[in-house]
Amino acid sequence: MERVNAEGMNYVQLNALVRSCNQSEIRIVNCIGQRYIGTGLSDKKITIDGTPGNALGAYLNGAEIHVNGNVQEATGDTMNDGTIVIAGSAGDATGYAMRGGKIFVEGDVGYRCGIHIKAYRENKPAIVIGGRTGSFLGEYQAGGTILVLGLHTDGKPIVGNFCGTGMHGGEIFLRCSEIPPRLPAQVRAEKLSALPKEAASLVREWCALFGKDERMLLSSSYVRLTPNSDNPYKQMYIAN
Amino acid sequence: MDKMYISPEYEVIRDRDRCTVCRICERQCANGVHAYNAETGRMTADNSRCVDCHRCVCYCPTHALKIVRSQDTYPENANWDSRTINEVYKQADSGGVLLSSMGNPKPQPIFWDRLLVNASQVTNPSIDPLREPMETRLWLGKRSTKIERDAGGKIRDLLAPQLPLEVPILFSAMSYGSISYNAHACLARAAEALGTYYNTGEGGLHKDFYKYSKNTIVQVASGRFGVFQGYLEGAAAIEIKMGQGAKPGIGGHLPGMKITEDVSETRMIPRGTDAISPAPHHDIYSIEDLRQLVCSLKEATDYKKPVIVKVAAVHNAAAIASGIARSGADIIAIDGYRGGTGAAPTRIRDNVGIPIELALAQVDQRLRDEGIREEVSLIVGGSIRSSADVVKAIALGADACYIGTAALLALGCHLCRSCHTGLCNWGIATQRPELVERLDPEVGYKRLVNLVTAWKHEIQEMMGGMGINSIEALRGNRLMLRGVGMTDRELELLGVRYAGENM
Amino acid sequence: MMKEGQFRNPSGCAVVGVIDRSGSKMTGEGMIEAITVMHDRSNGLGGGFAGYGIYPHYSEFYAFHLFYDSKQAQTETEAFICRHFEIVYSSEIQTRKVPTVTDEPLIFRYFLAPLPQKLSRSHLDEREYVARCVNRINAQIDGAYVFSSGKNMGIFKGVGYPEDIGRFYRLEEYEGYAWTCHGRYPTNTPGWWGGSHPFGLLDFSVVHNGEISSYDANRRYIEMFGYKCTLHTDTEVITYIIDFLVRRKGLTLEEASHVIAASFWSTIEGKPEPAKTQETLLRRMFPSLLVTGPFSIILGYTGGLMALGDRLKLRSTVCAEKGDLAYISSEESAIRRIQPDLDRVYSPAGGEPVIYELYQKGGDV
Repeated sequence: MERVNAEGMNYVQLNALVRSCNQSEIRIVNCIGQRYIGTGLSDKKITIDGTPGNALGAYLNGAEIHVNGNVQEATGDTMNDGTIVIAGSAGDATGYAMRGGKIFVEGDVGYRCGIHIKAYRENKPAIVIGGRTGSFLGEYQAGGTILVLGLHTDGKPIVGNFCGTGMHGGEIFLRCSEIPPRLPAQVRAEKLSALPKEAASLVREWCALFGKDERMLLSSSYVRLTPNSDNPYKQMYIAN
Repeated sequence: MDKMYISPEYEVIRDRDRCTVCRICERQCANGVHAYNAETGRMTADNSRCVDCHRCVCYCPTHALKIVRSQDTYPENANWDSRTINEVYKQADSGGVLLSSMGNPKPQPIFWDRLLVNASQVTNPSIDPLREPMETRLWLGKRSTKIERDAGGKIRDLLAPQLPLEVPILFSAMSYGSISYNAHACLARAAEALGTYYNTGEGGLHKDFYKYSKNTIVQVASGRFGVFQGYLEGAAAIEIKMGQGAKPGIGGHLPGMKITEDVSETRMIPRGTDAISPAPHHDIYSIEDLRQLVCSLKEATDYKKPVIVKVAAVHNAAAIASGIARSGADIIAIDGYRGGTGAAPTRIRDNVGIPIELALAQVDQRLRDEGIREEVSLIVGGSIRSSADVVKAIALGADACYIGTAALLALGCHLCRSCHTGLCNWGIATQRPELVERLDPEVGYKRLVNLVTAWKHEIQEMMGGMGINSIEALRGNRLMLRGVGMTDRELELLGVRYAGENM
Repeated sequence: MMKEGQFRNPSGCAVVGVIDRSGSKMTGEGMIEAITVMHDRSNGLGGGFAGYGIYPHYSEFYAFHLFYDSKQAQTETEAFICRHFEIVYSSEIQTRKVPTVTDEPLIFRYFLAPLPQKLSRSHLDEREYVARCVNRINAQIDGAYVFSSGKNMGIFKGVGYPEDIGRFYRLEEYEGYAWTCHGRYPTNTPGWWGGSHPFGLLDFSVVHNGEISSYDANRRYIEMFGYKCTLHTDTEVITYIIDFLVRRKGLTLEEASHVIAASFWSTIEGKPEPAKTQETLLRRMFPSLLVTGPFSIILGYTGGLMALGDRLKLRSTVCAEKGDLAYISSEESAIRRIQPDLDRVYSPAGGEPVIYELYQKGGDV
C-alpha cells in the first residue's frame, strides 16, 4: 500500500499523485480540504484519514474510497460505479446525479442527498445513511435506492421537509413506523412490515462496514416511498 | 361550453387543376392533415391539424399546394391580438402552462440589423479573398501571456488546452432526444468536414458517434444524463450548461414518449421515463461552486480538455461572465433570448432574458475593463442568422458563434415551432423511425457543409472589404461597426458610433 | 472641430532611417535631405525626427521633451516633475525661425533621474515608473505633452513639412549614430504638434506609414495592460504593442515581429522546426496583437533600428547598406540622394523584420 501524506499538498498535486500511483491501494493521511479525490477513477482503493474537500469521488467509475472522518459537499457527484464509505457524516448534495455504485454513510447527511439519482440497466445506485437527512432527500429521484436508518440521537425527524419532491423513479426506505407528514404529491408512501431482499442486503452491508448489529435494524418497521408516475408533469403543459 | 373552438391558424389551399391525387401529401404529413376521400375521389385537408411545416408543399410533385394564414379573425384589437386571445382560451380550457418550441418570434428589436459594417476606401486597401489569403482559423481557450523559456531559449508552450477552428462557427447544443439520430449524424459529420465542432447537448453521446470525438463538445447539464468517465474522455471539450437563451432560469423536460430505447441508452436512463433537468445544478448555488464543477471536470480529464460554461444572456450578464472568467473555465458561451429550443414555456421563451448583441457588448467590455478578457474565449449564439451576424458578433467582441436554428433550417426545418409534438415531418425533432429516416445524413451533412462554407466565403468577403485578412484582427474591432436607428443609450451599450460619425 | 487625440486619426506618410553600425556619429542633416525627396508623400501637417546617441553627456538620464500650450501648464508640469524626479538639467530647446513653421508651442527639455525614495516606494521597475509618469502628465495635465522620454535619444517633431521641422529644430547641430524621420499625410486633422511622429515611449520611437485595419482590436487588447491610447493613431498603438511584447514580456524583436506581422497559417505550416512550433505558439498567445492592413514601420531603440512591414506587403520598404551604414526608407530615391553609391539594395518581404544594430550594442533594450 502506498502511503501519501497530504499535509501542505494542494489538490492538483495530490490527485496527480493518486492517479499516477502504480499501487492498487493508497492511504492518504492528514487530508485537509483537498477536493476531487478519486475523480473518475475506475480501479484502486483509497483510504483517507482526515477531512477531504468537496466533490470527493466525482464521476467515480468503479474505485473504492473509505474515509475515516466526515466529508463535505457533493460527495460522489455523478458517480457511475464503485463504493464510497464514510465513517462519519456527509454534507449537502451527497450522491448528486449518481447512476451507479454505493455510498454508505455512518452518520447523517445534509440537504438534497441523492438528488437526481437514476438507475440504468445494470447500474443501480444506492445510498445508505445511518443517521438522519436534511430536506429534499431524493429530489427528482429517477431510480436507485436511498435507505435511511435513523440511528440518530438528536430527537429530530428522520428526514427533513420535501422528501422525494419531483420523484419519478426508484425507492426511498425510511426506518420509521409512521409515514412522515407533508410528503409531496409525486410520492406514494406505504408502510412495510419487512424490508425487501435487496434493501435488506444493503442494510447488512452497512452493518458489516460499521460493525453494527443487523438484527435490530432488519426487524424494524420501514416506510417505502415510490413515485406516483414515471411522467409526473405530463398534464402540466398545453401545446401552443 | 366545454372547450372553446379555436379556428385553425393556417389553411391548406389545393389547386384542384394541378392535384393528381397522388396522395404523397397524405403520406408526408405526420399530423394527419391530408386525407383521400374515396367517394369524391378528391383529397381533403383538416386545417386544424396543420402546423405550416411546408413538408407537403415541398413534396407535392405538381406544386398544387400552398399554405396561407387563415383570414378568420376576431374583432381587430391592437392590444388583444388573435394569438393572445387564443392563448387565454387554451389555458382556460386546460389549466396548462403554454408550451412552445424554437426561438422567440416576437417583434422585439434585432440589433444585428441596426449595425452596419465598414469597408476600405482609398486610405487603406480592401483585399480580394478569392486570390489572397484570408484567414478564418482561430483557437478557443485561455490565452496566457506568460513567457517562459527553455534552456535553448525557446518559448515554452504553457497554454491551457485550446480548440482549433477553421471557421468561427460551431453547431450549438442540441440533445439526442430533442433531435433525431440522423440529425446528430449530420451535425457530427459536417463538423468534422468543416474543421469545427458540434455539441451533444445534455442527452449523452450515442455510441455510434464516438468516432467524431475530435469534433465533439459534450455537455454536462444539471440532469447529468449520459455523463460518465468515457463520455468526458470522448470529447474535444466539455460544456457545462448553466442556462439556455430560450428558457433562462428553468430546467429541461424531455417527455417520456421521446425516450425511446436508443435515446434511453444514450442518456443512460430507463425507457419511457421523463428526463427532467433541474433548473440549477444542485452542486452550484454560488460562483465558487461553479469553480468546483469546472475543476472536477478538469481533474476527471487530466487537464487535457477546455471547459466551456454556457449561460443565458440575462440582465447582469457582464458580472456573471466576470465570475465565470475567474472560475477556471476556458470558454464562456452566451445564449441570447432569441435562441431556439425543442420545448419551452411560451412565457419564458418570449419574456425572459436579453438580446445577445447587448449582452455580448457588455460582457466583452467588462472583461476588458477587468483585464481578464484573455482568461476566456467568448462564443455567442441565440440567434445568429447569417454570415453578417457572425461578422458583427466578432467585431463586437466574440471569438466565435454558435448556430442552432440556422443549422436546422439547412436540414429542412421550416420553423413551424412544433418540436414539442415530436411529429417533425422533416425528421429532425422526432424519434419516430419512419420520420427520422426522411433525413438522410448523406444529404443533410452536405447541406450543412454548404451553408457554413457559403457563410465562410461571405465572412471573407466582408473581412477583405475591411482590409482585414485574419479573423483575429476583427475580434473586438468595434470601429468597424456603426449603428443606425438606435438611441444614444443603445449605442453606448454596444460601444459603437452612429453611422456617419467619423472615427 | 475636435482636437487631435479626441478622434481616430490614421495617416499615410513617408519614413526613412539610417544607422552607422560602427557607432560613428552624423548630424540630422542627412535625414532632412533624404526626406525632401519624398516631399509628395507628406502634406505639411506633420514631420519629425528621432536621433539616437545625441546626448552623450547626459546618457544616464531620461531626456524629456515637452510641449506646453501655456506657462500655467509648464508650472503645473514642473511641479509634478519635481515631485517624482531630480532635474539634472533643463532648458528651452533651441529652435530657429522658419517661415513655414508657425504656431509653435513652448518646447522644453529636461534631463531627469527618478527620486530614489519615490521609486522604491512605487515597487515598480525604473522604466515602468518613468513610463507611468509620462502617461500621467499626458493624460492629466491640460496643455502639457511629453513627446520624448528615452535615455541618450530625442524626438523632434511638429506641424509642417519634415524638412522644415528639421531646420526649425537645428538638427544639423545634433550628432547621433542613428536617425529616423517621418513626413506625415494625415487624413483627419488640422495638425497638432503632439500628434506628429515619431511617437516615443522611453527609448522606443516609431515612425509608420499606412492605415491599419486592426486598430480597434489592437487598441482594446493593449489597453487591458495599462496602456491608454489617447492619440488614436496607429503609430501610438504599434509603439505600445512593441513596448508590451519586448520590454514587458521579454520577446526578441524577431519574436515580436512574428506576433505583429505573423506569417499566414499556411506559410507557418511549411516552415521547419522549431520555427513552426514557436510561431504557432506566438499566434495562439497573442492573436489580438496581429496588425493587419498596410503598414511599414521603423522602430528606433538604443543601439539599433528595425524595419517591419505588413505581411501582405501593402507598403513599400527599401533597405540598403554601404559599409557600416545601413538605411531603411519608403523609397530608394531618398537613400540614393544621400548615398548614391550603395553596396546592397533590397526590399524585405512582408512580415520579415530587418534589424540593424551597432556592432557593439550599448544601452539596454
